[in-house]
Amino acid sequence: MNKVNEDLLRERSKCTFNIEELTHFLDGGIEVTLERKRREQAVLSKREELFCGVPDEYLSHKEKYENSIRKGTILFKILRQIYNMENSNLSDYRNVLNGVLGASISQDGSPFGLHYIMFMPVLISQADEEQKKKWVDRALNCQIIGTYAQTELGHGTFIRGLETTATYDLETQEFILHSPTLTSYKWWPGGLGQTANYCIVVAQLYTKGKCRGIHPFIVQVRDEETHEPLPGIKVGEIGTKMGLNSVNNGYLGFDHVRIPRTNMLMKHAKVLEDGTYIKSKNNKLIYGTMVFVRVIIVFDSVNYLSKAVTIATRFSAVRRQSQLKEGEPELQILDYVTQQEMIFTAIAGCFAMKFNARRLWDTFNGINTQLHEGNFERLGELHALACCLKAVSTADAARFTERCRLACGGHGYMHSSNLPLTYALTTASCTYEGDNTVLLLQTARFLLKVWREIDTVPVTPTIAYLKTVSSPGFQDKWENSIKGIVRGFQIVSMKKISSCVEIMTNKIMSGMSQEDAWNTTSIQLVSAAESHCRAIVLSTFHEDLSKMSSTVSAPLAEVLQQLLELYTVYWALEKYGDLLLYTSISKTDIEYLRRWLVTLLGKIRPNAVGLVDGFDIIDEMLDSTLGAYDGRVYERLMAQAQKSPLNADTVNKSFHKYLKPFMKGKL
Amino acid sequence: MAEHNVCVELVRERQKCTFEVQELIHLIDGGITATEERREVENVVCTDPRIKDVVPEEYLSHKERYENAIRKNCILQEILKKYTEKRTWDNFRPSNKYRISSGVVKDISPFMLHTGMFIPTLVNQSDDEQKAKWVPKAMSMEIIGTYAQTELGHGSFIRGLETTATYDPNTEEFVLNTPNLTSYKWWPGGLAHTANHCIVVAQLYSKGQHYGVHPFFVQIRDIETHVPLPGIKVGEIGPKLGFQTANNGFLGFENFRIPRRNMLMKNAQVLKDGTYIKSKNDKLTYGTMVFVRVIILFDLAFELSRAATIAVRYSAVRHQSQLKANEPELQIIDYVTQQHKLFIGVSTSHVFRVVGLWLWNTYVKVNADIGKGNMDQLPELHALACCLKAVCSRDAAARVEEFRLACGGHGFMTSSNLPIINGIVSASITYEGEFSVLMLQTARFLMKAWNGVLARKTLTPTVSYLSKFSNSDRVQWANTTAGIISGFQAAAAGKTKEAYAAIQSYLKPGTDYEDAWNSASVQLVSASEAHCRAILCEISWSEMQRLSKTVSPNLGKVLLELAELYLTYWSLEKRGDLLMYTTISTADIAKLQARYEELLALIRPNAVGIVDGFDIRDEILNSTLGAYDGRVYERLMEEAKKSPLNAEPVNESFHKYIKPLMLKAKL
Ligand SMILES: Cc1cc2nc3c(=O)[nH]c(=O)nc-3n(C[C@H](O)[C@H](O)[C@H](O)COP(=O)(O)OP(=O)(O)OC[C@H]3O[C@@H](n4cnc5c(N)ncnc54)[C@H](O)[C@@H]3O)c2cc1C
Ligand SMILES: Cc1cc2nc3c(=O)[nH]c(=O)nc-3n(C[C@H](O)[C@H](O)[C@H](O)COP(=O)(O)OP(=O)(O)OC[C@H]3O[C@@H](n4cnc5c(N)ncnc54)[C@H](O)[C@@H]3O)c2cc1C
Repeated sequence: MNKVNEDLLRERSKCTFNIEELTHFLDGGIEVTLERKRREQAVLSKREELFCGVPDEYLSHKEKYENSIRKGTILFKILRQIYNMENSNLSDYRNVLNGVLGASISQDGSPFGLHYIMFMPVLISQADEEQKKKWVDRALNCQIIGTYAQTELGHGTFIRGLETTATYDLETQEFILHSPTLTSYKWWPGGLGQTANYCIVVAQLYTKGKCRGIHPFIVQVRDEETHEPLPGIKVGEIGTKMGLNSVNNGYLGFDHVRIPRTNMLMKHAKVLEDGTYIKSKNNKLIYGTMVFVRVIIVFDSVNYLSKAVTIATRFSAVRRQSQLKEGEPELQILDYVTQQEMIFTAIAGCFAMKFNARRLWDTFNGINTQLHEGNFERLGELHALACCLKAVSTADAARFTERCRLACGGHGYMHSSNLPLTYALTTASCTYEGDNTVLLLQTARFLLKVWREIDTVPVTPTIAYLKTVSSPGFQDKWENSIKGIVRGFQIVSMKKISSCVEIMTNKIMSGMSQEDAWNTTSIQLVSAAESHCRAIVLSTFHEDLSKMSSTVSAPLAEVLQQLLELYTVYWALEKYGDLLLYTSISKTDIEYLRRWLVTLLGKIRPNAVGLVDGFDIIDEMLDSTLGAYDGRVYERLMAQAQKSPLNADTVNKSFHKYLKPFMKGKL
Repeated sequence: MAEHNVCVELVRERQKCTFEVQELIHLIDGGITATEERREVENVVCTDPRIKDVVPEEYLSHKERYENAIRKNCILQEILKKYTEKRTWDNFRPSNKYRISSGVVKDISPFMLHTGMFIPTLVNQSDDEQKAKWVPKAMSMEIIGTYAQTELGHGSFIRGLETTATYDPNTEEFVLNTPNLTSYKWWPGGLAHTANHCIVVAQLYSKGQHYGVHPFFVQIRDIETHVPLPGIKVGEIGPKLGFQTANNGFLGFENFRIPRRNMLMKNAQVLKDGTYIKSKNDKLTYGTMVFVRVIILFDLAFELSRAATIAVRYSAVRHQSQLKANEPELQIIDYVTQQHKLFIGVSTSHVFRVVGLWLWNTYVKVNADIGKGNMDQLPELHALACCLKAVCSRDAAARVEEFRLACGGHGFMTSSNLPIINGIVSASITYEGEFSVLMLQTARFLMKAWNGVLARKTLTPTVSYLSKFSNSDRVQWANTTAGIISGFQAAAAGKTKEAYAAIQSYLKPGTDYEDAWNSASVQLVSASEAHCRAILCEISWSEMQRLSKTVSPNLGKVLLELAELYLTYWSLEKRGDLLMYTTISTADIAKLQARYEELLALIRPNAVGIVDGFDIRDEILNSTLGAYDGRVYERLMEEAKKSPLNAEPVNESFHKYIKPLMLKAKL
């Protein structure tokens, strides 16, 4: 173990709560923490093979891919060991993956990621029993490697518009897959480029001359022995991206490729031998999977952001810059209040979103049971909630991560800080699994419906507040407290929703079509959906923290309370335009909130390093020169730079070839 | 250009355009001649066959990418040298004439600092004799230089730099040393393997006395062999978020000697005997800083225009989702939420350009006054340039990200070029003055100004509005452009006043002013921002109005729409401020919102025409999504095909790693 930086030592000694207690709390219990650590140890046992050598960022795109395959297979082996050791069941693999392997396979994503994140879950939830028997074990053992191919060059958001066709051929009892246009090529699926030999393809089903809409098919794309693309399959990678460059996202085109009838995933809809199409009994179940994936994304956002704040906080404790007072030592930049505002609000954001992700997960599990019993009452509500939480949590994570990066000054721009990659990961999640604008509009659609029926239909939990704050006896009196602010956000949301309904009604009355009214009001609709989500996030954080605070020790409870207050006051000040517009908050109240914010920053300051230590992200996963536990920032920056192949020669060959002739005017 | 057919959507959009695009092009360039000259340069460079890449640079290893950048930039410089031989060199004012460099290498050139900082510093800070000796060599690139100020340990706080230059009167030399790791120079562009000279900023010691930081002209590599000179430790700092080809380097000195006359001596001097002669005016160095920041503003306008061109053209070509059942899918540019993301960015590019030019003209005037010995306006200009650089760089980065996200998944592709533009733009939030640090500098100026208000002094031009609003609590609102501008000034004055009051309130007995300052710093930054927004609104509106009168009515109308959109957008964004400091009502805000949506609709038919007006050649745009012909999907696929991974159907890693893994599973 290296010597730990003096400033960090001092910070840690100041911490008022027990860091391990926080770690257990964040993990969900001491057993979970221990299990996570065991898995981390398994990965660290391959330190040489996984974490040494020329860092990925120096390699060519192709070499980087090859390296990620090498590392990925090592991790697969570890994964198998863990299965055997722990006798894990299927539902646990996601947990295993998330705990450690997901992130450390490669900081820039993995070509095997989609195999676990989408291929297997879709098989499990959409294949019938016989199909499951045939495929799931092979997939779990990596005898086959798959991905999920839905998006096409021409269509991502609008899935009904997909162009790939699967036409049933009665004669041979096969489906013929075809990509009729350039825009119908599959485009984006992770691992599809050079890695997967199977994939689930979403295509428009045609039987008996009729289009039956989109359905999933399992399709072999490469030979299991030679890995050559099968005849009729055109497959390759889509090229470099802003991030996730080890993911091997691919394209895929079909030229009349035939697959057996039984390769359509038939748990829900079916095609019989004679081509008869049998509709799914309840096509709403598909929403269940979508919600599931979005819950996971909310958790992921918290994980990414936890990394970013760990890096920014530790760096800010180590970095000294500027004399606040002439003749005194330079300040740790963590002591600048502007810096605290950037970083501590992000720390608070991790906690807020963690509480919300947990609540969403519980709600999902509760409702999911109802769904499988055929009760769809709360599906709309759940879907609307998952949509806006996915949108807001990813957008916040991206924004806060970028703030953390900027808070590290120039060094935050270094790849080796790992902040650029972390930002790329968060910002990608603003697009995949539903573009954020499109998702917020879906939530808005639900909210308008709820509002129109508010007096006639019983309200469900997540929207109950709309009724409360709009009921005749409700007193809108501003109060400078957490409860008061949460109330304020609920009022804002309610008023924005009601105002949208009113604007749209007026437009329609004056002769505009429903759709045009929708479109021309959509900026305000998005804003209403965001406000709704903010109200939910704040109230959930508040409620759930109050419920559990008696279960933790007093010092920890106190810090958590400070984070809750900081988060709430921060957002009140961020959105004070809304509050001024829709609630009775006054100028003096706002001045009060500003001071409250500064006071809270001061209270959190001594515990800042302790808080991020509590996330307990090991150095190998943090992978940051600025954020390592020992705070040896400058040594690591220099050591990492020395690994550059450019630095292996004092004079690069381009000098003799180009630079010198040019300087001498002889090029 | 008519190599390929233009897609129907863009043809249709261009037919709809209501103004003469050529006229807009000339306006942006600053006249027909300027347009012709720019195109001439672009033609010379683009027709050179040596600049075409077979494999796009993003697929190369870090080292190969650098080598490629050197090769092509040498070619570029040689072409430009020939071109400028016949003309006067005119690179040192804001102009788009030489933007073709991004058509040669997509990311930043390793020579950027040579022209951007090395030459300007030589010109501004060396005395006449030194200038005569160095400048011609630098101009002809017989020597290549960079500017080395930042160290591992210090960026913002320049007084804290640790590199020393100690005068030795015996040999009449300075001895340069980097006494510890944190004193290594770190960041200078081109320093790693490209430059053979650099300006080094170091702590000057003479006769045992310390005289603060000064610039020195230092040769670091042998002219013939390029080998680092003895006592010099130099190399690259490694990959970054962007700037991959900028070749940023580190530099350490071990008793490295340079002649006395290598200190840049226009201002301060060291005589042979070691006597130090102070600069007559410390403020003089502000000049170069202001110059660089004006150029940054102008560069930001250009980068925004690139991103805008890509996102707007793509949004016209892309169709997604049916707004109305059974109708064709909409061009995404017809979604009002999409217009909300796009048009403000288009307008911002114009705003930054006109404000940048206004600042430039002011700078030229102030410089002329300095020549006459009048430096009164320098602090004001400096304060203005600080906040403009800070706010505009952050706004530009936000707009670029908004453009990128508006392109959905495809915006994440490197081939869209939006990720690279993001890398370039977001770096500028940090270099040449970190955001918060600059904002706090402007805030200091504002606090001084507010002291002036209290003392009833006459204020300098850019802050004179403060006294106008110092008494009234809330300013009368008017729903006009003049009303908006005065609303922004009222907000700036209100915030300045409150930040001032906040400092006073934190100044309890026993508290230092600086601690109070720190506690109030979040509010101080906010006051600076408000001041900057007021300037941006006022100047952009008056400049755009002035310009609109110089062009034909149709174009004039479009310019005013763009300018009004900017004001309206920001009034809505900052409505909290307006509610606090003016008498604006809920009804006024609803009217602004309606007007904003009206402006989006007015701009919509001209959107493609407006970005065509930026006249950015496909080679400079470098984007599969933004090319003039709109062949988006064809280009995405063509570009993907260039990936070396796609050259072979089966990658070797299959046989090496994946297959053994799969086989083991079977056993
Ligand atoms: C890193 C990454 C990995 C991915 N991995 C996979 C994968 O493994 N498998 C897979 O199948 N796909 C994958 N995708 C694709 C992803 O699911 C899509 O990019 C996503 O669904 C967004 O769709 P799009 O790209 O078509 O955007 P578009 O829908 O074209 O969006 C472009 C713009 O249009 C706007 N817009 C579109 N429709 C509407 C509307 N109705 N109303 C208002 N505005 C609208 C959007 O708001 C956005 O601003 C991946 C994408 C990324 C970035
Ligand atoms: C792409 C790139 C290219 C560059 N090129 C060059 C180059 O060619 N030559 C060169 O010399 N340098 C170069 N730099 C370095 C650049 O000038 C510095 O990074 C910049 O000045 C910021 O300083 P810093 O990195 O020390 O940040 P820091 O000052 O360490 O900032 C870290 C954090 O501390 C906060 N902070 C610091 N001081 C204060 C204060 N007094 N009050 C409140 N908060 C404070 C900041 O707000 C920030 O959040 C480059 C940087 C980049 C990113």
